[in-house]
Amino acid sequence: MAAAILAASPAHTRRAWRAWVLPLGALGAAEALLRWRPVQSDAVALPSAVVQALLQALADGSLWSATWQTLAAMLGGLLAGGALGLLVGVWFGLSRRVAARGALLVELLRPLPAVALIPVAMLVFGFGYRLEIFVVGFSVFFPMLMLSHAAVQAVPARLLEVGRMLRLTMAARVRKIVLPAALPRLFVALRLCIGIALVVAVTTEIASNPQGLGYALLSAQQSLAPELMLAVLAWVGLLGWGLNAGLLALQRRWFGGLAATGAGR
Amino acid sequence: MKPRFGEALAAVGVVLAFVLLWGAVAHFEWVSAVFLPGPLATAEALRDGLRQGELLPLLLQTVERMVYGWLLASIAGVLLGALIGTSAALRAWVQPTLELVRPLPASALMPLAIALMGLSQSMVLCVIAFGAVWPVLLATVHGFAAVEPRLFEVGRVLRLSRAAFIWKVGLPNALPDVLGGMRLSLTVALILAIVGEMLASQSGLGTAIVQAARSFRSADLFAGVALLGGVGLASNALLALLEGRLLRWQRP
Repeated sequence: MAAAILAASPAHTRRAWRAWVLPLGALGAAEALLRWRPVQSDAVALPSAVVQALLQALADGSLWSATWQTLAAMLGGLLAGGALGLLVGVWFGLSRRVAARGALLVELLRPLPAVALIPVAMLVFGFGYRLEIFVVGFSVFFPMLMLSHAAVQAVPARLLEVGRMLRLTMAARVRKIVLPAALPRLFVALRLCIGIALVVAVTTEIASNPQGLGYALLSAQQSLAPELMLAVLAWVGLLGWGLNAGLLALQRRWFGGLAATGAGR
Repeated sequence: MKPRFGEALAAVGVVLAFVLLWGAVAHFEWVSAVFLPGPLATAEALRDGLRQGELLPLLLQTVERMVYGWLLASIAGVLLGALIGTSAALRAWVQPTLELVRPLPASALMPLAIALMGLSQSMVLCVIAFGAVWPVLLATVHGFAAVEPRLFEVGRVLRLSRAAFIWKVGLPNALPDVLGGMRLSLTVALILAIVGEMLASQSGLGTAIVQAARSFRSADLFAGVALLGGVGLASNALLALLEGRLLRWQRP
């Protein structure tokens, strides 16, 4: 398998190492510099110490439990806000009249930054999962609405005519024609929303909610443990990168080039 | 496609219905007034806050922070993006690292920034700039990398220097991408300004709404949230307007 890839794209793989020079070089330089001139700091630590702290936090389970807390809040927010956004988006996509009437309200509410709702959620729910799920849910609602609206709009009009000709009910048309045809783009929407959900979940935890990875970051900083703080930071980055890369691989495998159009940025 | 009058009226009607529903929920106390003030109470808090002059300075501080951070990010993003985007060699070395760092939530860097710089004004500004730089930077790189290859040849034939090429050929061609990135950056900058204020207790609307929530002044809280929504709406609309003007020459 690996040999086949090597043979297939020699120029590409021969140069692939260049991608790693900058990040690994920077880490190596930091390690060397800090060993040569050790500094007492609350903000920097030896890269090797950071790796050690990461492994230890993974081994004693503290990082895993924080990760699950963040993931659970993300998932809850996606289920609540994403599903609602999907429903409204599909509705808008099916009826131009509904979309035109709802457009102004959406445009007025959409620019509201989700983090501004943290105090509102704090007041209503207190600390905990419900606060975070509410904020994450709001943050993915509008992107999901816009993207699924666009996805349904992109369904070829002829397919809809077929549905009408076969006298399918509205529900059957949505289930049998619209959703399958829009699925690749809806998956892209899901991938983008998962990215947003992670960022907002961590942000909520840093700004107020005492749980999850964001809080782990903040408490490591406050207990003056820079190696742990940097380890959690690296873990958050790894998680975001891994989620995106995994979903991107699934997207390519399931839909190939079908999903490539439209939702680039 | 010109918007018909009736359609526009219907859209306004939907907004009014939403406000009425909000008013009904608050008036009949389906949700306790401690949590949800009515639209009138919110409007009153907004009016009083603006008239008595407490809200306006807070608003300006937040907007100032957002704009400065965004300008820093835009300048750095366009300059670096132009450099990286015009050089295929540099792209091969640097772009993978950029893609690696990009998904990192900028707010996650706030603890690190606090450890480095303390709970200060400049810490918040640095985090805003760092977080908001990515959309501009990557869009600019993409915009410059997608410049028609024949234009590069034209530049070489005319013996344009790198800077002249970037200014005269590259930037106009990359402008749609750059402006799109800047619009995204502005959204990020507003979010980070609010979070930064909350965390570092810098005075501004972000801190004000947290304090309002802590002391159960829900009308003030909603007034602040509405104002932040207004900032988002206005800044987005302004940039869209600017985009339309700057890109007018590109449309046939």
